[in-house]
Amino acid sequence: MLEKVLLKNVGVRYVERIGVYIAHGGYQAVRKALLELEPQEVIEMVKKSGLRGRGGAGFPTGLKWDFMPKDPNLTKYLCINFDEGETGTFKDRYLVEEDPHQVLEGAIIAAYAVGASKAYIYTRGEFPLGLKRWIKAVAEAYGRGFLGENILGTDFSLDVYVHSGAGAYICGEETALMNSLEGKRGEPRIKPPFPTQVGLFGQPTIINNVETLACVPHIILRGPEWFASIGTEESTGPKLFSVSGHVEKPGNYELPMGTPLREIIYGHAGGIKDGRKLKAILPGGVSTPMLTPEHLDVPMAFETLPKVGSMLGTGAVIVMDESTCIVNAVLHMARFFAHESCSKCVPCRVGTHVMTKILQRIENGEGREGDVDQLLDLCNSIRGKTFCPMGDATTNPLASSIQYFREEYEYHIREKRCMV
Amino acid sequence: MLPQALDKEPQVGDLTRRSALLDALYAAQKRYGYLDEEALRHVAEQLSLPLKDIYSTASFYSLYRTKPTGQYLIQVCEGLVCSLRGGAERLVDYLREKLGIEVGETTPDGKFTLETVQCLAACDSSPAMRINDELYENLTLKEVDAIIEMLAGG
Repeated sequence: MLEKVLLKNVGVRYVERIGVYIAHGGYQAVRKALLELEPQEVIEMVKKSGLRGRGGAGFPTGLKWDFMPKDPNLTKYLCINFDEGETGTFKDRYLVEEDPHQVLEGAIIAAYAVGASKAYIYTRGEFPLGLKRWIKAVAEAYGRGFLGENILGTDFSLDVYVHSGAGAYICGEETALMNSLEGKRGEPRIKPPFPTQVGLFGQPTIINNVETLACVPHIILRGPEWFASIGTEESTGPKLFSVSGHVEKPGNYELPMGTPLREIIYGHAGGIKDGRKLKAILPGGVSTPMLTPEHLDVPMAFETLPKVGSMLGTGAVIVMDESTCIVNAVLHMARFFAHESCSKCVPCRVGTHVMTKILQRIENGEGREGDVDQLLDLCNSIRGKTFCPMGDATTNPLASSIQYFREEYEYHIREKRCMV
Repeated sequence: MLPQALDKEPQVGDLTRRSALLDALYAAQKRYGYLDEEALRHVAEQLSLPLKDIYSTASFYSLYRTKPTGQYLIQVCEGLVCSLRGGAERLVDYLREKLGIEVGETTPDGKFTLETVQCLAACDSSPAMRINDELYENLTLKEVDAIIEMLAGG
């Protein structure tokens, strides 16, 4: 079993204080990066480690960093994406509340690697404790000389600003996040141009997820080969799996990338609650297509889940047992998406409301013949027709649930009641 | 005056003033209780930005209040996981009955406002709710009862 890496300090009393964090080996990675490595060497290390973004998209982190223009005269920014809002996902909140300096240390190294002089921490508006942790951690890091002018006597300087969002799931999407930081509505921008070319305030910008940044100090200290030796070929390193729903022990489990669902659910999360039978799984939050018990042996990795029609997403495993009404569960997800659609694109704005309406009527026992096909048509009208990936996301649980549980929908419509 | 909001952001020209807007709206909300036209005008003046920009941003985010809110804002998570674990709906029904109000309403004494919200990232400790800035997890109806009694008395 994997030793704890990202969670190694969990349980260390007061590790959110910089003195305790340093006493446990903290900020050694910043020292090594700034004093012994050139920025490009840091980028090469992260590339070699195989680290991929933990916010859901899984883009190779080192490659993203390398896309940043190298011109030292350009003002560049780093954004730390702490807008964790995907239902089922609670890993970033945990990382920041438990061990904020680990993430900040990763952010300082990232800023050094890409030449960013300012970093913005975008904190979800509903995370007051996370916000407190950040404010204190940043102040402490200034006090110890890990932030500010000429860090550790080098010519690298970095200022960090802690920013609070105001309640909008879509701001976790990187271009919406930048608009929000600029004080605008959190609506996504079209890509290209990509943020590494035209980002925050029109300047080259890197946006990294909290868990992604938490991996960075470990890559610097223990080497990219060590990191790449964990996990699978295309998904390396440790990963936090937030497990929730009908399991005995919900929680965050740090395991190697590629750990099969069966091991996560039965080996770590204590199996299905009250000994009931497993019915369905969302492997990476409500944006990812549903899976069924036949998929339990699929490794949880970026390259393996698409082979069974799903995706890793944030690695948030939502477990549903035999007592779950699929129509009701999907209705909850549709409501979430309808509430969180930023309304910029018509297919998503209107589609999520129509989706909710049809599901609600099926749930109420007022479903009509043809409703299931209409739902599938609706998915096709949304998919691929929106600015940002949220459009597709809204259709994922719906379409996959019809694929696996069409009979349950039909039963609901025919019998005007639930099968379970 | 909303000085803390204005001082916080770096100076990078005109863009800066608008980038202070989310913080400025929080500050105004704290001062006025909720964001009515007067509050929004005040922010517009302070930041020297057109009122339409202020309204555009304020109307987008769910944490900005456009109506008077009770002393205690109760936000029950109705996300998928809180619902799966059999708590969310029961919790909301219980609170509706106990407070005698519907979701979205405020008690006549101005003490409590009841709302439902989307996932609070507390899925491992569901059902969950927030009251003002405090997160309550693994809730039983008995605990909810005790919390409300305590706040009602305080």
